[in-house]
Amino acid sequence: MNRNRVQNFGFALLTSITFLTVLPILLVFGYIIVQGLPAISWEFLSAAPYGGMRSGGIWPAIVGTFYLTLGTAIFSVPLGVAAAIYLSEYAADNRVTGLIRLAIINLSGIPSVVYGLFGLGLFVFFLKFGTSILSASLTLSIMTLPVIISTAEEALRAVPQAFRTISISVGATRWQTIRRIILPEALPGIITGVILGLNRAAGETAPILFTGAAFFLPRLPGSPLDATMALPYHLFVISTQVPEMPLQIQYGTALVLVSFVVLMNLLANFVRSRARARRQW
Amino acid sequence: MQKDLSLSEFIVTRLIKACGYSAILFVALIFYFLLREGLPTLAEVDLGNLFSSRWYPVESYYGVLPLISGSLIVTLGAALVAIPFGLGTAIFIAEIAPRWAREILKPLVELLGGLPSVVLGFLGILVLSPNLRILLGLPTGLTALAGSLLLGAISIPTVVSVAEDALDSVPRSYRDAALALGATRWQTIWRVTLPAARSGVLTAVMLGVGRAIGETMTVMMVTGNAPVLATGLGSLFAPVRTMTATIAAEMGEVASGSVHYHALFFIGMVLFVISLIVNITASSVVFKQKKRAERVLS
Repeated sequence: MNRNRVQNFGFALLTSITFLTVLPILLVFGYIIVQGLPAISWEFLSAAPYGGMRSGGIWPAIVGTFYLTLGTAIFSVPLGVAAAIYLSEYAADNRVTGLIRLAIINLSGIPSVVYGLFGLGLFVFFLKFGTSILSASLTLSIMTLPVIISTAEEALRAVPQAFRTISISVGATRWQTIRRIILPEALPGIITGVILGLNRAAGETAPILFTGAAFFLPRLPGSPLDATMALPYHLFVISTQVPEMPLQIQYGTALVLVSFVVLMNLLANFVRSRARARRQW
Repeated sequence: MQKDLSLSEFIVTRLIKACGYSAILFVALIFYFLLREGLPTLAEVDLGNLFSSRWYPVESYYGVLPLISGSLIVTLGAALVAIPFGLGTAIFIAEIAPRWAREILKPLVELLGGLPSVVLGFLGILVLSPNLRILLGLPTGLTALAGSLLLGAISIPTVVSVAEDALDSVPRSYRDAALALGATRWQTIWRVTLPAARSGVLTAVMLGVGRAIGETMTVMMVTGNAPVLATGLGSLFAPVRTMTATIAAEMGEVASGSVHYHALFFIGMVLFVISLIVNITASSVVFKQKKRAERVLS
């Protein structure tokens, strides 16, 4: 009897711990929605800030985050997927492969601000790209790479070995097998990983602080070599650097950023579950 | 035709191989640039100054100890939050929760993981720190404690997902055997499943702590940014400044190539080495476990 009481106590304890962990998450999202919703209007989403950023909208920051995410995708998706193909389809199980895996693990653990320093040293100064969308996108790409590589590799490895054996046995080359058989089968998993990776890049502030983010720009960036405003950096600026900033605009900006992130998350989950339902193997 | 095919196959294979090796190149490049810009500090600032307890670059004081102690105390606090809550949630999700609850809890925790750290910092300034100030009667709510609580929240998703994976990969037969011998579910979790998953659980804790040390925006926004040497647990209730926040706050204002610029890269180098140690240790724990399992099976 006693040990059943211990079990009941233990289960109750873990249930309340979980509750205490999850409840604040719901509260955070709920609070941002309630506080931010009154700020959302067509003007807020489509106008540039003015009056020392205390009025107007956040359009340039939205566009900037879109450009940065796009730039990150251009560099990190081909590179990451190719690296995943190498690890899953070509790499032998040897020391060098072990070293590659160790490098990927380390890349995923490097603090985001250190990526910022690296981007400043390599892209901004050494390659002379300046404080620009290009420098920031390249920095974010390298940070995103480990997420894309590991999720894409997992998706590729999940494709049954028989698919490869059969394709090779009817005379296809290794690359033909990968391109026509393996990649299409693994695509939903790869897309899920790409969305999650880019989502993280879109929400990051520290790596773009000194590589591409601008405090305030009166107009939209015209080329990849221009600096840009970005949503997360804009939220940082208006909540710490601008005195007497109206609260409503701050919460509105947070809400737009959070909705973007939540939507990307839902999209990733949708792609994943739809692919699971359709899978024939 | 045949020749074309084999040539393109050759090129594609080479390209893919090069991409595969790129991860090594990037780690090397990052290390190289940190060394290149950070090492001059050792020549420009004498060691007594560098390891002193005063960080005030305007007057050429480059003591990194307050920054390191700031990072340590905030990270320690974050671990005290993330370990019980993260592991508790992971055990609940993996072992106790019914299926429907799991389907709700997992995406929720993932959602927290996707929340940009700047948003948590923003709520920390507006909601958490004013309440902490009133609750604890402090002169300011922007303290190491506020940073610890938020960093704990940021680390929780990492701890939960890695620990839950580890618990999930414990073979079903272990649990069945324990239950068949008359153990309760609680005894099975505590004496069989958790010990079997302990290396994975340890990895979860290490990766969570690693995430906390490297977090930048949240701590910069809520810890008050005072580079004061932390001397004990009392410092939890005072403003501190971490290594990451120092880099983020000051790099924008320094001239490239100056002593201050090099000192900030030096701090970045220290952070890089810490993350390297944490990640290599965490992954070698996993490898060791795998080897032992292989030995048992063979």
